[in-house]
Amino acid sequence: MVELLKRLTETDGVSGNENKIRELIKEEITPYVDNIHIDNMGNLIAFKKGTKEHPKKIMLDAHMDEVGLIITYICDNGMLKFGTIGIDQRVLLSKRVLIGGKVFGVIGVKAIHLQEKSERENVIKQENMYIDIGASSKEEAEKLVKLGDYAAFTTEFEEIGNGKIKAKALDDRAGCGVLIETLKESYPDDIYACFAVQEEVGLRGAMTASYKINPDIGIAIEGTTCSDVPGADEHMYSTVMGIGPAISIIDRSSYSSKEIVSALIDTAKSCNIPYQIKRTMTGGNDAGIIQLAHEGVRTGVVSVPVRYIHSPVSMMDIKDYENTIKLIKEFLRKGVL
Amino acid sequence: MKELLKKLVSVFGPSGNEELIRESIINEIEGFADEIRTDVMGNLIAVKKGTGSKIMLAAHMDQIGLVVTFVDENGFLRFAPAGGFSVTDLINRKVIFKNGTVGVVSYESEIKEIKDITLNNLYIDIGAKDKDDALSRVNIGDAAVYYTPFAENGTRCTSCAMDNRASCALLIETLKNIQTCPHEVYFVFTVQEELGLRGATTAAYAIEPYAAIAVDVTDTGDTPKSLPMAVKLGAGPAVKVFDQSVMVHPAIKNLMKEKAEKYNIPYQMEVLKAGGTDSGAIALSKSGVPTGCLSIPCRYIHSDSEMVDISDMENGAKLLLNILQDGIKIDK
Repeated sequence: MVELLKRLTETDGVSGNENKIRELIKEEITPYVDNIHIDNMGNLIAFKKGTKEHPKKIMLDAHMDEVGLIITYICDNGMLKFGTIGIDQRVLLSKRVLIGGKVFGVIGVKAIHLQEKSERENVIKQENMYIDIGASSKEEAEKLVKLGDYAAFTTEFEEIGNGKIKAKALDDRAGCGVLIETLKESYPDDIYACFAVQEEVGLRGAMTASYKINPDIGIAIEGTTCSDVPGADEHMYSTVMGIGPAISIIDRSSYSSKEIVSALIDTAKSCNIPYQIKRTMTGGNDAGIIQLAHEGVRTGVVSVPVRYIHSPVSMMDIKDYENTIKLIKEFLRKGVL
Repeated sequence: MKELLKKLVSVFGPSGNEELIRESIINEIEGFADEIRTDVMGNLIAVKKGTGSKIMLAAHMDQIGLVVTFVDENGFLRFAPAGGFSVTDLINRKVIFKNGTVGVVSYESEIKEIKDITLNNLYIDIGAKDKDDALSRVNIGDAAVYYTPFAENGTRCTSCAMDNRASCALLIETLKNIQTCPHEVYFVFTVQEELGLRGATTAAYAIEPYAAIAVDVTDTGDTPKSLPMAVKLGAGPAVKVFDQSVMVHPAIKNLMKEKAEKYNIPYQMEVLKAGGTDSGAIALSKSGVPTGCLSIPCRYIHSDSEMVDISDMENGAKLLLNILQDGIKIDK
């Protein structure tokens, strides 16, 4: 289970460039599903037939794209300028990135010895940063990198502490992992598992996928904000690591169906699975667009709490991940509302 | 109209929790519509059958609300805003939950400057002794709305839910009074408008109307040193030109003006610089819907004391009725 997460998080898939991660997921799920379809946007949609006579259509969604950078300009001296997708500029400095899956670079910063006092005290703006790939001229750089190439962080997956892991892209490879594990069983209802593209740039993949699937209900599975750290007030924690999957009542993009929320809570209680209710409204996810497909879809959101999302390194408790898998499986086994 | 309005504004219906207000509107319109249904999102759709083209009318029935997200050890509640709330409108106001529990919204008083306070620094005090006591009355996920009685000074009325029960009242009156009409008319009381026009999005998709008119409240520019806006309370319903969600279809805008003049109904033109309405979502449905918006001027929108003039609502209902009965024809 953990080994799968390692492969999922160490594979790149910056929004709009999901080929590699899609290939990996496709390979993983092929033995377990009845049919696989890749749509025009690049969403990977797997179908798994239900066992009951008149099954409902359940769309399970996890987005496979991750935050990252895009090369926008190659300077005369061979340095690369870039744009970002969903990243706080303060976490970029001195990070190692992999461009187009093949060229390593570092986001350089002037050495402390050379900085003025004012430079040390202010955050360097992203537009003043550059990626250094060791090229000494534009021509040299152009041989290695093209405009529009994506760059991803290179953080290695590691198990740390007591049952925690650190990795890049747990938002939302954690959700992808949950979905893959879920597909290993059959359920009463038809499952449409959607590994969506371009969530981080505006729920774009799920928009067309849910239109195509037109499900009876939709569940988005996310790696969500977790801010149970020093300096945060308890009510601003969003979620707490280690106390179970988070069920959302409301967030910026959707107001979950009350029936689905209570079915999830009932499932958790009856199966002794720990759970929590997400405490803040911040953030949106694919449920926001799934609910608006056709004449409307009842949706819910279940998330694995992940600290430090949208940065080069995020952290998760393996127990939360396992309990999220358990909750989704049990919810599906019960057959839908 | 005033009695109906008074009834509607007193019903609980924060965004995403429209069960009670939907029930109450159904009670009002039963017997007047040929078909009444509720869709997956919770929109209430009442149809006045006909053989002509389909016209969709939309008024959102949700009101802004606060959703409880956390209860602390001392029994104070933290919340997420379902809809656009400002800190200054909320401080020391009373709110009420579906089960009648009343709370006071206040702020972490170590913060001295009002401008430094955000919604995250506010809490609801329901007078609970501790966490268990609070949870015996209110659950995580429960929603609350402003708790302010309806008040009237002649035709000027205030309440916390004029946005958008004033428009629901207008639509109900229109449904009750409509006689012969060349259209099949869909009266839609939408959900979750305050969260992003969500109900109207799916309702318009299902109905696929020939043309549509949304009804909503709009700001005014007639209070001391207000931002310039050529809309006044009591000067008639407003014909929307645009807001942040829609450029009104010229045919609908012109039709509204034309009918107001024909039937001697006072009206004013409205350009709303901030905010959007269901009309924006309907206009973009499927291959596009010619959509207009009839607005009821309203002061202090999204506060607990929204003020409207009943005469604007009455004139609005008259205008809408005449538009429907004369028929809408668009040169496409």
